[in-house]
Amino acid sequence: MMETERHVLVIFPHPDDEAFGVSGTIASYTKNNVPVTYICLTLGEMGRNLGNPPFATRETLPNIRRQELMDAANVMGIQDLRMWGLRDKTVEFENEEALANRIRTAIDEINPSLIISFYPGFSVHPDHEATGRAVVRAVESIEKAKQPKLYCVAFSNNHQEVLGQPDVVHFIKDVIDTKLAAIAAHRSQTEAMMASWPDLLEQKNEELESRLFYERFYEYKWAEDIR
Amino acid sequence: MKPIDLLDAQASLRTFADHPVYLHLETTNGAYASHNDESFFSAGAFIRNVAITFEEGKIIGDGPYRVGLRMANGWVYAEGITHYEIDEYGRLLMAGLDHQGRLAVAFELSNNPFDK
Repeated sequence: MMETERHVLVIFPHPDDEAFGVSGTIASYTKNNVPVTYICLTLGEMGRNLGNPPFATRETLPNIRRQELMDAANVMGIQDLRMWGLRDKTVEFENEEALANRIRTAIDEINPSLIISFYPGFSVHPDHEATGRAVVRAVESIEKAKQPKLYCVAFSNNHQEVLGQPDVVHFIKDVIDTKLAAIAAHRSQTEAMMASWPDLLEQKNEELESRLFYERFYEYKWAEDIR
Repeated sequence: MKPIDLLDAQASLRTFADHPVYLHLETTNGAYASHNDESFFSAGAFIRNVAITFEEGKIIGDGPYRVGLRMANGWVYAEGITHYEIDEYGRLLMAGLDHQGRLAVAFELSNNPFDK
């Protein structure tokens, strides 16, 4: 059972970062009339997948992914989607303090009760790591009693070894169709991967069901800050 | 993009010679290569919107192709090129797509800057 929220703020660097691990959670909130704001830092300009056969080029990919992101947000019931115009692969080279300040300003405006982002140290892609660091820094700058909850997505190979079992697990099977539609909306990146899914889901493939039906989060462990 | 047509791509490449042009050059093995296979050494690079002038440019090979640009003071080179397109802005967009269709190398020339 999910906790009730006032407003949820999701912050990720790439269109589709929300798709696999968070879209069911987002859909569950919006279904219960909890407003969700999604700040997406880049347009995934440097994605390797261009469709197979390719329907995108390196130069058309940003606009295609912008549309895919808007479609996915629509599917998930997100009414406030913000694209911040940074470039894929370069987030970690931005001034971290300035990025954290920009996030802090957004938090102050939106006043979320929950923020969802990546867990710094455990999220593999340098853009994920930089985003997570800036989000943690922004939340940290807020007076303790007024800090929103911070749920982090962790998926590095060592994350369970270090962080243990996730603190929060959402079973989102009741919105699985919405989740699958949100993933499919990111067509340029997901079409090939999803080709085998209908059969696997038909066969109740345990691995895929576990990946799709459960969304796992860690509360940020302030006491063991390892940034 | 379509598979390289050597004559057509070469003819387009020639039109960018002898005047300043903007270059986007990139190689990538994907950001998750070392995550998916911890023994894999991940490496890549990109350079975008650097103005160069080349005097001789050639695309060559049996496919995948190699592209080399000879400049007054150096070279630009890429291998693994499989696809190309001359887009609506007259830019020559070349790329090497791997067996799953994923971009492994990009080599693009334009008379005007690419979007940042």
